[in-house]
Amino acid sequence: MRLFSKILRTGLVTRPLAPRHDEAIHLINAIDARSRSVLGRAVAIREVDAGSCNGCEIEITGLAGPVYDMERFGLHFVASPRHADLLLVTGPVTVNMAVPLRKTWEATPDPKLVVAVGDCARTCGVFRESYAVAGSVDAIIPVDVFVDGCPPEPAEILRGILVALDRWPSRPRPALGFEDAEATRR
Amino acid sequence: MNAGGAEIWLRILLVAFPIGAVAALVVRGALGRAIVAAAAAVGSAAGFALAAMVLGWGEPVRGSFAFPLAPLVFRLDPLGAFFLVVTAIVGFAASLYSFGYGAGSPWRVLRTTGVNLNLLLLGLSLQVMADSPLTFLLVWELMSLAAYFLVLAEPDEPGAVNAATWYFGVTHAGFAALFAMFFLWSGGALTASFVELRAVPLDGALRDAVFLLALVGFGTKAGIIPLHIWLPRAHPVAPSHASALMSGVVLKMGVYGLVRVTFDLLGSGPAWWGMLVLALGTVSALLGVLYALMQHDLKRLLAYHSIENIGIIFMGLGAALLFRTYDLPLLSALALAAALYHTLNHACFKALLFLGAGAVVRATHTRNIEELGGLIRRMPRTAFAFLIGSAAISTLPPLNGFASEWLLFQSLLGGARIPAQSVAVLMPVGVGLLALSSGLAAACFVKAFGITFLAIPRSPHAEAAEEAPRSMQAGMFLLVAACVGLGLGPAFVVPLLGRLIARLPGLEPAIGLHAANGALTGLPDGLGQMSPPAVALGLVAVAVVVAVVLRALAPPFRLRRGATWGCGRLLQTPRMQYTATSFAEPLRRVFAQLYRPTEDLTVEVHPDSEYFVRAIRYESRVHPWVERLLYQPLLAMVRGAGRRVRQMQAGSVHLYLAYMCAALVVLLFVARWLP
Amino acid sequence: MTSWLVELGQSTAALLMAPALVGLIRWLKARLQNRCGAPIWQPYFELHKLFAKEAVVSTNASWLFRAAPYVVFTSTVAITLVVPLMLVPLPFDGFADLLVVVYLLLLGTFFTALAGLDPGSPFGGMGSSRGMTVAALAEPTVAVAIFALASGAGSTNLGHIASRLIASPMAALTPGHLLAFASLFIVMLAEAGRLPIDNPATHLELTMIHEAMVLEYSGRYLALVEWASAVKLLIFFCLLANLFVPWGIATTVSAPALVLAAAALVIKLGMLCVAVAVLETRVAKLRLFRVPELLSVSFVLALLAVTSSFVLR
Repeated sequence: MRLFSKILRTGLVTRPLAPRHDEAIHLINAIDARSRSVLGRAVAIREVDAGSCNGCEIEITGLAGPVYDMERFGLHFVASPRHADLLLVTGPVTVNMAVPLRKTWEATPDPKLVVAVGDCARTCGVFRESYAVAGSVDAIIPVDVFVDGCPPEPAEILRGILVALDRWPSRPRPALGFEDAEATRR
Repeated sequence: MNAGGAEIWLRILLVAFPIGAVAALVVRGALGRAIVAAAAAVGSAAGFALAAMVLGWGEPVRGSFAFPLAPLVFRLDPLGAFFLVVTAIVGFAASLYSFGYGAGSPWRVLRTTGVNLNLLLLGLSLQVMADSPLTFLLVWELMSLAAYFLVLAEPDEPGAVNAATWYFGVTHAGFAALFAMFFLWSGGALTASFVELRAVPLDGALRDAVFLLALVGFGTKAGIIPLHIWLPRAHPVAPSHASALMSGVVLKMGVYGLVRVTFDLLGSGPAWWGMLVLALGTVSALLGVLYALMQHDLKRLLAYHSIENIGIIFMGLGAALLFRTYDLPLLSALALAAALYHTLNHACFKALLFLGAGAVVRATHTRNIEELGGLIRRMPRTAFAFLIGSAAISTLPPLNGFASEWLLFQSLLGGARIPAQSVAVLMPVGVGLLALSSGLAAACFVKAFGITFLAIPRSPHAEAAEEAPRSMQAGMFLLVAACVGLGLGPAFVVPLLGRLIARLPGLEPAIGLHAANGALTGLPDGLGQMSPPAVALGLVAVAVVVAVVLRALAPPFRLRRGATWGCGRLLQTPRMQYTATSFAEPLRRVFAQLYRPTEDLTVEVHPDSEYFVRAIRYESRVHPWVERLLYQPLLAMVRGAGRRVRQMQAGSVHLYLAYMCAALVVLLFVARWLP
Repeated sequence: MTSWLVELGQSTAALLMAPALVGLIRWLKARLQNRCGAPIWQPYFELHKLFAKEAVVSTNASWLFRAAPYVVFTSTVAITLVVPLMLVPLPFDGFADLLVVVYLLLLGTFFTALAGLDPGSPFGGMGSSRGMTVAALAEPTVAVAIFALASGAGSTNLGHIASRLIASPMAALTPGHLLAFASLFIVMLAEAGRLPIDNPATHLELTMIHEAMVLEYSGRYLALVEWASAVKLLIFFCLLANLFVPWGIATTVSAPALVLAAAALVIKLGMLCVAVAVLETRVAKLRLFRVPELLSVSFVLALLAVTSSFVLR
């Protein structure tokens, strides 16, 4: 019972997502109209760790928590790439993870998107030129959005995913968690 | 009733099987196989026609043969005709199958199989017609010997001779029990007909003794626990169509005998009769399926499932006995109808499964499931037939396993009406354990079908497998049709069973068992009903509607082939699949107290350092404790007695003469002093 | 003619309601985790998306893998034709009883388990093995609970059981009834794959039971399988609601009765959703080898239900 009284006392802690436009998010391939209509409201995400230091993973874990709550946007994590629509890739792709990453991408059904998270995913970060690194993520699989940062904040990753889905910037919809754009600029 | 018509079929039956037996000895090659198969098929068809006539008209057919010792009397009444139908269906399918199965077998195997198949079918057909103890016992012996030689047909199979010896020993122990029973009952007059036996008044203790001897004698043939010891050894080693006949029909002769004795001839008895049979049935059902789960020999798995289904049939018989004791004839008839229906259904789907297993073994030369896999691509029709058989034995609607199990559930639910509270409370336990055994059977057949047929082949044998020849497929698909037909048509079978049960003394109200509008009713006042054809129709209709709606409304369907998802591993080998042992492991853990598995782990290390492991060997066994507790002490006793008796055979002629003299003196005394 | 329309309407209603049930439970759990969560309609969006996606099928898989989702979906939808939703007795009530319902569910589980083994993936094999273990161990409880209900109502047909209870309301408070409800609630958790037996939202393959069997499915196949499991949850909820607490259900096909029945159904299903969501928040998932202990507890409850109904007759 203490659990439930604590739950009731805490209340909703989800923060609305601020509409900041950043240079940290790079859109490479815009989503096409058909995929946009298919993946409009429900997106299953499969996270792939292609050799990262797990800094990005810790931030991604925050996405599913109460504060950033990605489920309110219709996003949820899945275990199998067969169930997934979007691959969330982190890490400089190490030599050992190059083939598995490619296989994961091939196992995902169309239409699919790839969001690469972290500096390592775009430029291999501090692991550039290492003997164990095969290349950045877009050398292995086609990437739609890069989110820079080491590690990027969960809110940033969330914005990156929404950019990939072309749901950002959208009309201010406080019900879905977006802050009023006018209010922020003031 | 056209007695002449029935006579013709009987004559064809009596002629066809011996022709087949003789042809097996004389004619070689494909022609020989064809004649043997055709003769067996014609005989089975004649049996079916004969049985259909008797069941249809409801009047028995009589016949007798003068034999040197005493006349053999035969009488086929509707109860016997029902079991003759069982024999005929399975016999016909097995005959068709035997033509293709024998191709490539050596001559001595074909000869033994052909002769004994026909003799076995003859024995099974005549068994249900036997009308006096002498006839019964003679035909019983014929049947047992034919089955014994079939078990020995392929003597090079590992364990064949051991299995045959066990079979011989146990079946003759049963024969001794039956002989003692008939002797006690008829007071030595073994040529009296069954009608006369029915009229013999037996007092309490003698009746109980007769019942127990019947239970032991017929139980050894039927294979209930603890008299089942020969079943898991004998059925796997026989040729597959013989295994199908043995599992499908020979076991049912035990059921036939028990039904004939306790329901027809002996009359009503005390409550403990029913409770004993019910308890034995429940134990057999549960232990049978639990041991089947741990098997990796495909045919031995099927043999243990036969024990389970015989247990289910015995549960129905026990419930029927119990209801009869408490004067609830309609419920008793329902339980007996459920048991008889399950007899027919089990014969069909078990024979189908054995024929399928035989096709697999013939194509891959191994009975071990762990070496199979991927056969659904290489043997698609066999796989389909095996799938239907698996679904039927797992009691999935709308197939036949579900229809008879539904009836059994309904009759056990009626146990709430038993006035004795202490007995009535045991019925729900029986219901629960019956449901558990059917759930475990489903789990076991997911394993059996899934590991054998699905995914990738686990050995080169399985990769090289080829589809079975047409004659074998024909036998299997005949049984598939039987399973589906019996599943959809209980509306025909149940009234038939009702009519034949109504002829049994004390169960006349069984005539009230009817089916309305194709629906199966549990209790005749219309409550508790279901209609398998409607269920099947419903499933088909929903499937059609779903397909149409999806075609109309859903986006166009696109399919792409890719590798199995394995977390990005580089390649997939057959060893990365699930094995049968792993599949059964959760259940093994759950029932560990019962199985008491033994585990052996041997780790071989490099002589210079124990950190470098050369080989690891793991072995785990599940020994049925029934064998350890019951049979090993028994065997030890028999061996000890044998050793002591051997001491008497010193080899000296003088000692033997002395023995004979002593025996003569004793006999003279006995003859002089006894009245 | 009206009977066909009624049945069609009931089946369609069940199909359309089922995803909302799953969505409601997820929304409640989200709120209990102090976050907004997806709207209740989210499962509909997911199904809509899945039907539009392509299906990727393993090269090892046979026709059974492609046919199994249809078999599972068909058998589950066929059950909705006889489960009392808003009207009792149903026109098709005499065609199938509670035992048929239980074994049709077993048919679905059988084919899902086979489909888990087909691609040759070890996850699928593990899911099949565990799924069949749980299904087999839940069978005796269901059978004995049916015994308890049927001996009270005199029949195993669902319409009879519900009508009998409406006619004699005090029978709902007998210990037999309450114990049967408790045991069936536990079985519902096991069969529908909810905590504490199976976590529907887990990503760890070693903790999956149902999810592991459908790990290889994608696109239309996954949509059918997920929809079927939502309908299965709805079926169990309806059985729990309308066989034990049938008041509010319509006994005639008239507009006011059906409206009242719809409202009553929504209330009952909502209460069951709240119960499941609260339970899933409170308890942790049981280790697989503790699940048989829980199922044997439910079996004992069911046996006590039957015994008490005998003794107190």
